[in-house]
Amino acid sequence: MDSQSSYNDKVVRQFTIMTIVWGVVGMLVGVIIAAQLIWPALNFDLPFLTYGRLRPLHTNAVIFAFGGSGLFATAYYVVQRTCHVRLAFDKLAAFTFWGWQLVIVLAVITLPLGITQSKEYAELEWPIDLLIAVVWIGYAIVFLGTIAKRRVKHIYVANWFYAAFILTVAVLHIFNNLVIPVTLTKSYPIYSGIVDGMMQWWYGHNAVGFFLTAGFLGMMYYYVPKQAGRPVYSYRLSVVHFWALIAIYMWAGPHHLHYTSLPNWAQSIGMVFSLILFAPSWGGMINGIMTLSGAWHKLRTDPILKFMIVSLSFYGMSTFEGPMMSIKTVNALSHYTDWTIGHVHSGALGWVAMMTIGALYNMIPRLFNKESMYSTKLIDVHFWTSTIGVVLYAVSMWISGITQGLMWRALNDDGTLTYSFIESLKFTYPYYGIRLLGGLVFFSGMLVMVYNVWKTVAATKPQPVPVIQPA
Amino acid sequence: MDIGIFRGLITATLFLLFIGIWAWSWSRKRKDDFQRAANVPLEDDSKPPPHEPKEEQSQ
Repeated sequence: MDSQSSYNDKVVRQFTIMTIVWGVVGMLVGVIIAAQLIWPALNFDLPFLTYGRLRPLHTNAVIFAFGGSGLFATAYYVVQRTCHVRLAFDKLAAFTFWGWQLVIVLAVITLPLGITQSKEYAELEWPIDLLIAVVWIGYAIVFLGTIAKRRVKHIYVANWFYAAFILTVAVLHIFNNLVIPVTLTKSYPIYSGIVDGMMQWWYGHNAVGFFLTAGFLGMMYYYVPKQAGRPVYSYRLSVVHFWALIAIYMWAGPHHLHYTSLPNWAQSIGMVFSLILFAPSWGGMINGIMTLSGAWHKLRTDPILKFMIVSLSFYGMSTFEGPMMSIKTVNALSHYTDWTIGHVHSGALGWVAMMTIGALYNMIPRLFNKESMYSTKLIDVHFWTSTIGVVLYAVSMWISGITQGLMWRALNDDGTLTYSFIESLKFTYPYYGIRLLGGLVFFSGMLVMVYNVWKTVAATKPQPVPVIQPA
Repeated sequence: MDIGIFRGLITATLFLLFIGIWAWSWSRKRKDDFQRAANVPLEDDSKPPPHEPKEEQSQ
């Protein structure tokens, strides 16, 4: 077969397998640090095993290694299928794979060594940042190059979301990481004071909005209709909520800086835009769930569809919770408590991870020339471990977080604090145990997935898949 | 021009643009194209979706 008449699925397979590998690694580190919060001795007095160094390793591994590889894999898969054309620039696509893996390996080495810019979700030092920028621009060229040579007129909505995610993350990454290097492993940001804080959270919140939302909405708009065998519920809603979502997310960052030295008007803008965000977020959630109309019965038998629908439910829940937590008076209670950690994980495990897992289960048989996954029963087991894991995690962090907030603000009649800090810590102890249990349950499902995928792909010979002619 | 007026005009322009996108996507003329676009993920499948009997495709 002429190479242009088949899809470039090699790079998709590579990213797909690494998504699972990094998912296991990143979540294992998460389980370890959850255990360290209960038993601090688990760092064995070794600097590279301390919580402060492993926590950024966990966040980078799950967001950029697991989530990132999943986004690369699905974006490359979806853009080829919906544009009816082979991926542009085979060699550059291969470079994005090896370059991205190198970035992750460098993160795994430097973060435990304590080499960090100390910016949350942007910890990696400047030489790695330069590599990320080069790989990311390569990603943009491959993706947009494929859209440019499409054989159909219309650009499908999933590609709009993927393109917005890729372009915006390039801009965020480059501007938040403008630094003056001092040595190979040390740099200082060009911003200072509250301007640095605002840049960081403009980046940080849009990392949530574009990396963890727009990208995964792109995934949702292809794999949910595909798995349900139903067209998108409302295509015009997808157009309107796309533009609303990307226009509004940009302004929500200041809600991370409530009651700081950020000017009050900027805090209020962040809060108002966060509240408005509720509408386009739920537009996407409703559109995804309603795509099942006429196919609800499939939920009884198809655990992949269950992954996707529960994922959308968690998306709806956390995009309701987020705007609520951005309200200043609510934030006064929730900020700096475990509530935030629970909120992040219902988004990251419930929405991002479960959508990725569903998409992978949909895609793997098609990529490896199989009729279906090795075991549907094991997908169902994985579904239940994931769901129970997230629920245990989120509920324990709600209880622990809200109680922390209430104990820290409680005052005696004479204005002194009612509780010492250690009393609030003592209260959270059992809930940290439940959180660890939830993490372990979720992690065990990933091991089930590894076994299931191994049995599906081992000893198969992937065949080139021909590009389908436009209808 | 006063900077306040300028910023207000930008806000108003963006708001009108959003209304425009809304009107465009709800217009009757887009209906057939959007119907076709909504079916794009279903066009390309060499294999039946797992766990389900293959459904008849209209094309």
